[in-house]
Amino acid sequence: MAEAGKAVRQIAFHVTRYNPERDRVPFVTSYQVPVRQGMTVLDGLHYIKDNLDATLAWRYSCRMGICGSCGMLLNGRPALACNTQILHIANANLTVKPLPNFPIIRDLVPDLQSMFDKHRIVEPYILHANEAESDFWAGEFYQSTEQLKSYLQFSYCILCGCCMAACPTLATDTRYLGPMPLAAAQRYDADTRDEGRHARNAVTDAQSGVSHCHYAGECSRVCPKGVDPAKALQLLKRSLVLDYLHLGRQTSPCKKLQGPGNGTRLPDIAAVPKKTA
Amino acid sequence: MGGTRSWTWHMAAAVVLLFVLGMHMLIMHMAGTGHWFAPYGTEPSSMRNSLFRDENPFFIFAYILLLGVALYHGLYGFRTIVFELTLKPATEKAITIALAVIGLGLFGLGTWAALVAHRIALAGAGG
Repeated sequence: MAEAGKAVRQIAFHVTRYNPERDRVPFVTSYQVPVRQGMTVLDGLHYIKDNLDATLAWRYSCRMGICGSCGMLLNGRPALACNTQILHIANANLTVKPLPNFPIIRDLVPDLQSMFDKHRIVEPYILHANEAESDFWAGEFYQSTEQLKSYLQFSYCILCGCCMAACPTLATDTRYLGPMPLAAAQRYDADTRDEGRHARNAVTDAQSGVSHCHYAGECSRVCPKGVDPAKALQLLKRSLVLDYLHLGRQTSPCKKLQGPGNGTRLPDIAAVPKKTA
Repeated sequence: MGGTRSWTWHMAAAVVLLFVLGMHMLIMHMAGTGHWFAPYGTEPSSMRNSLFRDENPFFIFAYILLLGVALYHGLYGFRTIVFELTLKPATEKAITIALAVIGLGLFGLGTWAALVAHRIALAGAGG
């Protein structure tokens, strides 16, 4: 096994560069990067910026697969640069491009605004029939483990845009909402605390909505968080079809508890602090 | 229920297509061994066997059903593919109207042909 910190191989990074103020079309620049065991693509890009070309631009923040900022196309596959090890995907060459299906702001920085706009219109938050409940909640909502499991995996989405970049339908039709916003809609539709399914149906059922999905399944293959957007979209389709046929199950909102219930607090769990406001 | 309505009918048409195409394969390509709805000889598409089936209202219904679901499924699928070219709304509307006119026209023509075949078969059976 290679010694940590010692370069084991030179990898050629073929990076797509583009400055819309200066360049007419994107072009590729190659850099030789000495790669150590465990080095991520993000580390490689930092090496380039620190030692070879300070003008290279990309977006990143947390460096640990949480923030979803560093999505890019690595050897033709959308992935997060921070949780992809170079030696896992490259022997001698590594192509690094910005995420497809988005305009390029500069170099490896995609403009994700269209994705966030689509995300916003599905109202990705808990909606109550009684609007006052959102601001002045009447009690704690009870949700069983099974109810939680029905949407839990879809809530792991970090909005990195990898699924949107991999979607072949979105590549040909930019009006299509795409896997991330539709999976977010399913995440809240399936939540028993939510009462906004019919409001979201107006968006998810449109021509650019979930019926446009071809079920290529690429969104689920590339998701760095293990979310299965393709499954979410199929569940959403089923829900919409059942609603159309008036066979939709009327999910009852979960119970509201007015107090802590009858359970016994475990000894290692601290008591709730006193209200200060 | 815009997209879902069309998509639901598209899927339902696919299921019906599977059934009627399965029936077609059984009758037209396995009749040599089974003689299903083809009692005269081993050639299911012979005139006598065709007239035998055309007398039966069930087959006339099946022809018209097959025509209807195949047209809807095919034309809606074609429309979906064309719409992925991200056309202007006015162009999309024109294509939808053109495909609806073509579909209804072909459906009317095919229905008329099936009903005429039924009448000819009944007249032949009557002497």
